[in-house]
Amino acid sequence: MSQEHVLVVFPHPDDEAFGVSGTIAMNTEKGVPVTYVCLTLGEMGRNMGNPPFATRESLPKIRKKELQAAADTLNINDLRMWGLRDKTVEFEDPKTLTARIGNVIDELKPTLIITFYPGYSVHPDHEATGRAVIRAVEQLPEDERPAVHCVAFSNDCYEMLGEPDVVNDVSSVSHQKLEAIKAHRSQTEWIIAAMAEENPEKVPEVLKRINKEQFWTYKF
Amino acid sequence: MQPITLDTVQNEINKFLNQDVYLHLETTNGAYASHFNQSFFSVGAYIRNAKVNFERGIITGDKAPYRAGLKIELGWVYAEGLTHWEVNEDGQLLLAGHDAEGKLAVALQLSPHPFE
Ligand SMILES: [Zn+2]
Repeated sequence: MSQEHVLVVFPHPDDEAFGVSGTIAMNTEKGVPVTYVCLTLGEMGRNMGNPPFATRESLPKIRKKELQAAADTLNINDLRMWGLRDKTVEFEDPKTLTARIGNVIDELKPTLIITFYPGYSVHPDHEATGRAVIRAVEQLPEDERPAVHCVAFSNDCYEMLGEPDVVNDVSSVSHQKLEAIKAHRSQTEWIIAAMAEENPEKVPEVLKRINKEQFWTYKF
Repeated sequence: MQPITLDTVQNEINKFLNQDVYLHLETTNGAYASHFNQSFFSVGAYIRNAKVNFERGIITGDKAPYRAGLKIELGWVYAEGLTHWEVNEDGQLLLAGHDAEGKLAVALQLSPHPFE
């Protein structure tokens, strides 16, 4: 059996935080290497901290440091920032993007890839990233394809995809997960505050089930 | 960033008059607005590193949020909802409008050299 290796591909620095960081931590704890490819620095994010401590120009520098800190917390030792620009992933040449992801797959031979489910991941950058990953995997011979676990959260995802078939209990690494979420301070401090207040209206659904991370296995 | 005071910011705008400068202009209500509220009509636009030259540039309004207009050679640059300003270490004038939760809703920025 081939050596386990997890490849995570997302467009924004905090995309892993809420739904995937526990799964990452459980893998690195077992000694499974995790590579995280993050396509942009979330340059166009609206959260500047509250009160705002970031500006449109300082945000990418701040988010780069936050991403590195989150990766350190999760013991990710291969973090790759690709330097595309937030909100523009869908306008890049799909062939080029697919080939670039294909190269990473060739290099690492991952046994598992985690990305967004195309069609069910809301943000156009998420959709474009998921599509590129799926295209890259489709180009491999069927028996060489790694499993692809997808994150979906569109309003119709349960209706269309059914219940997620992979549910990971990440309670054993919940402390690490919370630290990783906090590392993305510019984007998450209002959520952390809402959690501390135990204000259920402001706490996103995904955090109410913080110890359960769920994925849909992509069916080719 | 600081809350806008008209005189101070007007003074900073004046430093960019009558020369080629780089513009970042943006409005956004976030990519998730329609996800959380399906009746919400989500819009946003930005232009980054447009080269402009303006002969007249004004920030105005009775109280925050403020409006700014730059009269360029063949037209105008306009923004409303501006609440905060800063000149950063790169000499760029950043004007921004933050909503009640501190989220960025509009930005009008000028730079003597292209934005990164
Ligand atoms: Zn995202």
